[in-house]
Amino acid sequence: MQFGLMQLWDGGWVGAILRGAGITILVAIGAMLLGLVTGIACGLIKWARVVPLNWLVDIYTTVVRGVPELLIIYLLFFSSVEFVARIGTAFGWAGLAETGYPFLIGIIAIGAISGSYSTEVVRGALAAIPTGHVEAARALGMPRERIFRRIILPQMLRIAAPGVNNVWQATMKDTALISVVGLQELMRTAYVGAGSTRSPFIFYLVAGAVYLAITFVSQVGFKRAERALVLKGRA
Amino acid sequence: MDWDLLHRAVTTIGKGVGTTLTLASISLAIGFCLGLGLAVMRVSGNRLLSGFAEYYSAVFRGTPLLVQLFLFYYGLGQFDFVRDNPVLWWVVGGGMHCAIMALALNTAAYTSEILRGGLMSIPTGLIEAAKAAGMSRILRFRRIEFPLAIRQALPAYGNEMVLVIKGTSLASTITVLEITGHAKRLMSQTYAIFEIFAIAGIFYLLINTALILAVRWIENRLTSPGR
Repeated sequence: MQFGLMQLWDGGWVGAILRGAGITILVAIGAMLLGLVTGIACGLIKWARVVPLNWLVDIYTTVVRGVPELLIIYLLFFSSVEFVARIGTAFGWAGLAETGYPFLIGIIAIGAISGSYSTEVVRGALAAIPTGHVEAARALGMPRERIFRRIILPQMLRIAAPGVNNVWQATMKDTALISVVGLQELMRTAYVGAGSTRSPFIFYLVAGAVYLAITFVSQVGFKRAERALVLKGRA
Repeated sequence: MDWDLLHRAVTTIGKGVGTTLTLASISLAIGFCLGLGLAVMRVSGNRLLSGFAEYYSAVFRGTPLLVQLFLFYYGLGQFDFVRDNPVLWWVVGGGMHCAIMALALNTAAYTSEILRGGLMSIPTGLIEAAKAAGMSRILRFRRIEFPLAIRQALPAYGNEMVLVIKGTSLASTITVLEITGHAKRLMSQTYAIFEIFAIAGIFYLLINTALILAVRWIENRLTSPGR
């Protein structure tokens, strides 16, 4: 049996794939935002060497960046799923573990991974700010809080932009791993479609094409943002 | 602390270490050669070759490794001409071979970008001097361009090697029992989720730390002063 793009359309799979792609994008954006918040907080702690906390941040980034993403997802999902199912049943929503929960744990797991990479990007960007700028601001008598807001933060954002772009690419692709714990995102939809029509090739090919399209569109957006961040009158 | 469980987990997951290392080392070796070829194509100036290398790298870096793995393992297995061809079936028929192929093709794309950066960082004066000395193109590449590019690219390539070690965990989704595969199986048998995660994680961290130390050692040797 051959299965082409026409059958994909007739079987209603196009809608399912688009829905899956929507969930993939939602998880990716949620995880990226969570990761950025984590990354900025941890990056500042690491940069300023806040003594007991920076050790914890070191452990966090070393472990999460050194251990496979799949293993982290298994840890977070399996260790909590039973607990959540019990809470769900107690509140009269037995389906919690099947529906909303993988979505939430997906954002938390991918966000934790994304955050560990963002931490390094933010720390690197903070370290790249010339010390002379901060010293000049201090010599002008600016208070610490204003130095941070006017000198450190804008420069950090500009220097960190390409690194944040890389983290976004990786985060978006990592969301595919959530499919192994059953979230109906793009990859899972392709998996289900491949199983029920026995035509895996076309489904994974289409899924790959959709991921590529998401990458491409977000690339264009990032390029534009990076150009907007460049100071006028500079290269 | 349950010592019996700990002992069982360490011995079971330890069995997967060899598989993880085999997957990573073979795919890194193949991926490096392919990546070098692609990087040379990118800087070659031939529009057809550099265009192909650019698209290759965009496609493999723009899609998740899991999609590539499933496309090769389940997707290609669907076709009769693949199943009837003994060579093709040897490559994609088994989980291990298929995972190596997917990892190799994936890391080749990233390696080509890293090596391209290294090749482009070579000062033109050095290449001109080699040309003026009458070196042939191949000799120039072997003695001047490649050693300089690899020295420049080594730190980034070290990171890529760690990513490949982590990528081998996806082989567990196509029935290969490496560290993550054994860990997942133990998690569903014993329910000691955190302990098993910790043991598997320590194995990965040890492998990655050893790798990073090795790369740093090579880096120091290559940039030793007085040479």
